[in-house]
Amino acid sequence: MYRQKYLFLLPGLLVLVAIILFPLLFTIRVSFSSWDVYNPGLNWVGGENYGRLWEDARYWEALLRLTGLTVGTVLLQYTLGFALALLVWREVVARRLFRVLFLIPMMTTPVVMSVLWRTIFHESLGPLNPILEGIGIGAVPWLSQSTWSFIAVMIVEIWQWTPFMFLLLLAGLLSLPNEPFLAAKIDGAGPIRTFLSVTFPMLGAISVGAILIRLIEASKIMETVYVLTSGGPGTSTETSSYYIYIRGMRDFQIGYSAALSLTYLIIMIVTLTIVAKLLVRALVRDQA
Amino acid sequence: MRTLYLTLKYTAILLWSAFVIFPFLWALTTSFKTANGVTGGATWIPWVQYEPSIVGWQSLFGGAGGINVMQPFANSLIVTLTASAISITLGTLAAYALSRFSFKFLWMRNSDITFFFISQRIMPPIVLAIPFFLMLRTLGLLDSLPGLILVYVALLMPIAVWVMVDFFNGIPRGLDEMAWMDGCDPVTTFRRVILPNAVPGLVVAGMFCLIFGWNDFFFAFTLTFTQTQLLPVAIVSLNSSVTPWWALSAAALVSIAPLVVLAFVVERFLSKGGLAGAVR
Repeated sequence: MYRQKYLFLLPGLLVLVAIILFPLLFTIRVSFSSWDVYNPGLNWVGGENYGRLWEDARYWEALLRLTGLTVGTVLLQYTLGFALALLVWREVVARRLFRVLFLIPMMTTPVVMSVLWRTIFHESLGPLNPILEGIGIGAVPWLSQSTWSFIAVMIVEIWQWTPFMFLLLLAGLLSLPNEPFLAAKIDGAGPIRTFLSVTFPMLGAISVGAILIRLIEASKIMETVYVLTSGGPGTSTETSSYYIYIRGMRDFQIGYSAALSLTYLIIMIVTLTIVAKLLVRALVRDQA
Repeated sequence: MRTLYLTLKYTAILLWSAFVIFPFLWALTTSFKTANGVTGGATWIPWVQYEPSIVGWQSLFGGAGGINVMQPFANSLIVTLTASAISITLGTLAAYALSRFSFKFLWMRNSDITFFFISQRIMPPIVLAIPFFLMLRTLGLLDSLPGLILVYVALLMPIAVWVMVDFFNGIPRGLDEMAWMDGCDPVTTFRRVILPNAVPGLVVAGMFCLIFGWNDFFFAFTLTFTQTQLLPVAIVSLNSSVTPWWALSAAALVSIAPLVVLAFVVERFLSKGGLAGAVR
């Protein structure tokens, strides 16, 4: 209809294609080479990197660990975020203050917060263990023991990103119409019944969106791990991105890390597509 | 029953508030310590438990034993603001086109192009880091502000497109059609009619761009070395086994402060119902 429509679309599209397309194509090509510190360059080794990756237990363990970490933290964030949104949704003293407070962590720089958290988790000088001892739980080997460092990473992630769930769900709650709640009240439904058959179903679509966005973002986790535990102790908190980072940017095995990251990308896209379909089916019931 | 419910409710709210505030309070009190205050174990109350000092804060402006945050702060500001401005401009234009006109490149239609924009967020940064590194080296932009801005535009534009496509879809098409009937061409229509109505969407998009731009660490970390340091990289460089906790805490607070203001902006929108449309 109008020629001018290209004037709107193309500048953005072309800039993005130019910035993204080269890296992507280049990565595909590099993944078939043995580019490393000793032989930098684009030779052709066929699927050698992919064969090596298949037998690389450390890679698959990292992926498994990432899955556990991502699913665990996102579900906790969703539950906590939903609870918090419900808490400050209606009549609460100083609710605007609490809303601001609950939002603040998502505005902070994750990597900077991780540096602070590292001092908090410090086993002899940090403030956390004295508090735990004070309430009778006892000191915890936060960053020197596998399970606890995994939990430490989860705590940091939950602190940082529960506000995101809170934001979307509260926005959802605030946009709900009043009539269904009145109807539920007239029918004599209690608060739990109202939540299960009115509030929760009406937030189905927003829930799916929020969980998906968080799954995508959480699966990229790397900075928190880098600063807090460096993947350790051993490889007990090493996630996919961090392992690829070690192979690529530290060992400088460019070819191999390209194969790792492409495989990872494909796995992510396939998994997230399936998860998205399942979530939509489970949470968005036939409510228009 | 009612009292029990209220007690539980406020206990929950206060507990979470304490959890949220905890790291900030710790950083604040630590920023006034010296080596003596830190190595004696965790303390909270100045004057009573430790002798406060402003060494940590002085180090931010070139004092000994920390980093000078002025230059990294300025760098972060320049990169974030420039990249956000470019992303929002290009992203808003593209989003308007995708919302109002129909396109067809080969097999790709509007929804495919929109998905192409948004799908960039799925890409793990690590996949892009090495090619970006080599690309910027070829262009001679490694360790420079323009190089980082280029990368951040790719990072932020998808967010702008995402928010704005949704937002434009919510503005009735009748508005455009009326302007066209009055003889406005698309460019004039966009500038005079649509843009003034899109301010709330632009605020949301801008906010997200600022958050993701200011808070990124990974690309700044892999694509710069010594010439061009962004704030998060400078702070992490302090993180070692002999970290000066006081300098670290002061720097961390300085780097976090600008965006905390955004929480207030978001809350205003939230309470006025302005976000409801934008997050759907």
